[in-house]
Amino acid sequence: MVLEKMSKNVLLTNGTIIDPFHNKTYEANIWIKDGKIFDIGDVRGPNSSDIINCSGKIITHGFCDLHVHFREPGREDKETIKTGAIAAMSGGFTRVCVMPNTNPPLDSPEAVNFIVKKAQECPIHIHPIGAVTKGQGGKDLTEMGLMHQEGAIAFSDDGIPIQDGAMMRIALEYSKLIDVPIINHAEDECLRGEGVMNEGKISTRLGLPGNPDLAESFMVHRDLELAKLTNAKIHVPHVSTAKAVELIRKMKENKDDVTAEVTPHHLLFNEEDLTSYDTNLKVAPPIRTENDRISLIEAVKDGTIDCIATDHAPHTIEDKETTFDLASYGMIGLESCFGAVNRVLCKESGMNLDDLICLMTNKPRRIMGFDTDLFSKGKSAEITIIDPDKDWIFSKDDIRSKSINSPYFGRKLNGKIISTIARSYIYKNV
Amino acid sequence: MLEQKHLLGLEGYPAKDIQTIIDTALNFREVLDRPIKKVPSLQGVTIVNLFFENSTRTKISFELAQKRLSADTVNFSASSSSLKKGESFKDTSQNIEAMKIDAVVMRHPTPGAPQHLTNFIDSVIINAGDGTHEHPTQAILDMMSLYEKFGKLKGLKIGIIGDILHSRVALSNIYGLKIMGAEITLCGPPNLIPKYINNLGVVCSNNIDDVIEWADALNVLRIQKERMGRGLVPSVREYRSFFGITSDRIKNHKKEIVIMHPGPINRGVEIDGSVADSDQAIILDQVLNGVASRMAILYLLCGGKSTKGE
Amino acid sequence: MKKTIIMDRQAIARSIARICHEILEKNDNHKDIVLVGIHNRGVPLSERFQNKINKLIGLKLERGSLDITFHRDDFRERLVVPEVKGTNITFTLNDKVVILVDDVLYSGRTIRAALDELNSFGRASKVQLAVLVDRGHRELPIKADYIGKSIPTHEGEHVNVTLSETDDEDSVLLVRHKE
Repeated sequence: MVLEKMSKNVLLTNGTIIDPFHNKTYEANIWIKDGKIFDIGDVRGPNSSDIINCSGKIITHGFCDLHVHFREPGREDKETIKTGAIAAMSGGFTRVCVMPNTNPPLDSPEAVNFIVKKAQECPIHIHPIGAVTKGQGGKDLTEMGLMHQEGAIAFSDDGIPIQDGAMMRIALEYSKLIDVPIINHAEDECLRGEGVMNEGKISTRLGLPGNPDLAESFMVHRDLELAKLTNAKIHVPHVSTAKAVELIRKMKENKDDVTAEVTPHHLLFNEEDLTSYDTNLKVAPPIRTENDRISLIEAVKDGTIDCIATDHAPHTIEDKETTFDLASYGMIGLESCFGAVNRVLCKESGMNLDDLICLMTNKPRRIMGFDTDLFSKGKSAEITIIDPDKDWIFSKDDIRSKSINSPYFGRKLNGKIISTIARSYIYKNV
Repeated sequence: MLEQKHLLGLEGYPAKDIQTIIDTALNFREVLDRPIKKVPSLQGVTIVNLFFENSTRTKISFELAQKRLSADTVNFSASSSSLKKGESFKDTSQNIEAMKIDAVVMRHPTPGAPQHLTNFIDSVIINAGDGTHEHPTQAILDMMSLYEKFGKLKGLKIGIIGDILHSRVALSNIYGLKIMGAEITLCGPPNLIPKYINNLGVVCSNNIDDVIEWADALNVLRIQKERMGRGLVPSVREYRSFFGITSDRIKNHKKEIVIMHPGPINRGVEIDGSVADSDQAIILDQVLNGVASRMAILYLLCGGKSTKGE
Repeated sequence: MKKTIIMDRQAIARSIARICHEILEKNDNHKDIVLVGIHNRGVPLSERFQNKINKLIGLKLERGSLDITFHRDDFRERLVVPEVKGTNITFTLNDKVVILVDDVLYSGRTIRAALDELNSFGRASKVQLAVLVDRGHRELPIKADYIGKSIPTHEGEHVNVTLSETDDEDSVLLVRHKE
């Protein structure tokens, strides 16, 4: 792996450009000067340019992940903002949003400012998501206005559902002051109970306490109706059930600012994969039935689900090496993301690569109000270079995160990130 | 003289009666400037101040108004009362009326309590605040103050700022000002503006600077610090940053906007001390106008009657 | 209804002039005299006195106005709403000679109310009463110090004063209602 500051002039040649903003696919060179797009077309820079031959490769916008956990402050043993940034870059991501369930949580303008300052030193763009309630305690609103001024681009208590409906309503209403989405981890705590995996045939066979799909859909229903009542923006994270998909589809018919995301693992795996008690597949919300998985894929195809988000959740070996009931929830996912979703959506479900790229570039950007017109002159370069045909087996060597809790080891993935450019840095997967 | 026997609220109150009250109040304002501030108009009239909820300012204001009119006043506060011994609201009020009184000024924590009281007693009833419903005498003194300053109410642009959801001052002002032809914009944290308030013909905004630019006068409501713990307002500094009437904000707008506040003020929270003390603020005038307005209301509702027993 | 003109514009002007001389004659210290007009027509009348006295001796006396609504003695029977800002006395009455001015003196109750109200503004050293018309029928022991014209009236008659400031023209009319 190589991560270095870009030369003054960099020329990407012979590649196929997929521009999701202009909806165009074409062959051309890109000349990057001082980290910015200088020209696109049949161009060549000065002789001193660093030339990168992209023959047979796809050149597209850098990926954007709306949902990652970088564990800093508090659990720098699992991941830091710097190491997370590199993991992201290796997966083709140039822009990520970090969740606030750190220790202490990002529940004040000062905490948000801490992240923003740390992000300045990173090779990709990192945005803090602020907590909705102080200490994520579900009782007192955080200073959303001031936090937004410091750089928080959305608000969530991710990891902890906002169980109190009145609090969710207040949060949605208050969010209208700054017009950003509320992201609620939708799992009714009472219905979820002790459940560690989806309640179904498999949990029964394995003897593990189950978490019914209703736990998600009840709360998604509540959240969507509250968003409608208050006329506020809502983004549903890590959708995992067919029932929730149906609710989102229906609400989108009447309401504009409802958006949703799905993780790669909910698209690729189903509950049968847990028969080995692999704790790397222990996630919240849990991996569900094949029926749920298929409806998630359909939802991605028909636009009910707007984007892919990894929910990259690093944990130490000790946290995962234990029995299933005690293991922490979550898996890392930045490095494996593209290979996994390209396989399940394009290779296995017939989706076009252009559409997949939208799900990872302009669609998530639009949700947060980030610039989506990246391939225009003068824009700061955020570029991902992909080998779309490379089949590869995921191994420990592919991990850049500080943690290794991934279920993808030994699995075949389709399509690999060759190189990522952002903030005048270039990352090369060698 | 006035159409309604009681003053329970300003919803549906006749505009001509509001004007009569304001005109009469302006006269009583002059009385309050005399060396001897007394007129005999309510001599022999007995008024009970029935306060089931704590209040210092409103109670003192009413008491002064009553005394300046030469009425006899009696105070009843809930904590020291027979309510503690388990007596019902109905019995309490009827017992008091049995002692031959003419009017009751009541403050109660429950919306609708004064309306309820009309079922049990015959006396004139004046609502000094019923929970989160109305506070008509406050709105009247606010309107009188605006009228005194601008010479009219029709067409005035008034911004009401703060926790509208829990404010009886806001609701009464909305009713009264709309009746008198003023335009109103509400401004505050979106979760503290009632969802259906637009039905009353008001506009809502989250942007305090826009409202300052538009308005002729601002009525700044107190932010109750108790509400901050309950998560409705995240913190003092957040509220101040987005809705505070700070001296910087006023300076940036370079206009002679009139500043009002029903009191008590939280300096440095909803309003800066320097703004409250400035020439643009008519807060202390409001206090004196409060006594004058209440004198007018008492005079118009209780005047011309001898003590009961006729 | 039959109206008889008792005083026309000139007659009124002469009475005003005579009263002003009398006021100056009766009181030694002119600087201590203040005029207080009783709403309605007592107010423009008091202004005319002020102007006339100013012409006579070059001294503009202090002048105020009084709306006696809140001091009426029939407050137990009638509710009256006053004119806006009728009472306007911006100076103290302590040690002053107050000349109360009204258009018609009748039962005396208005003057009693005015005396009551004056108390709120200080303790005058003297209060004197100047009226354009005295029509008799006192109900209280009140008398005028300066009278424009005495017009005794019977039942069914009353006196109507008009002034150019408040009505069309200056006149004092005796109005007799038909039976």
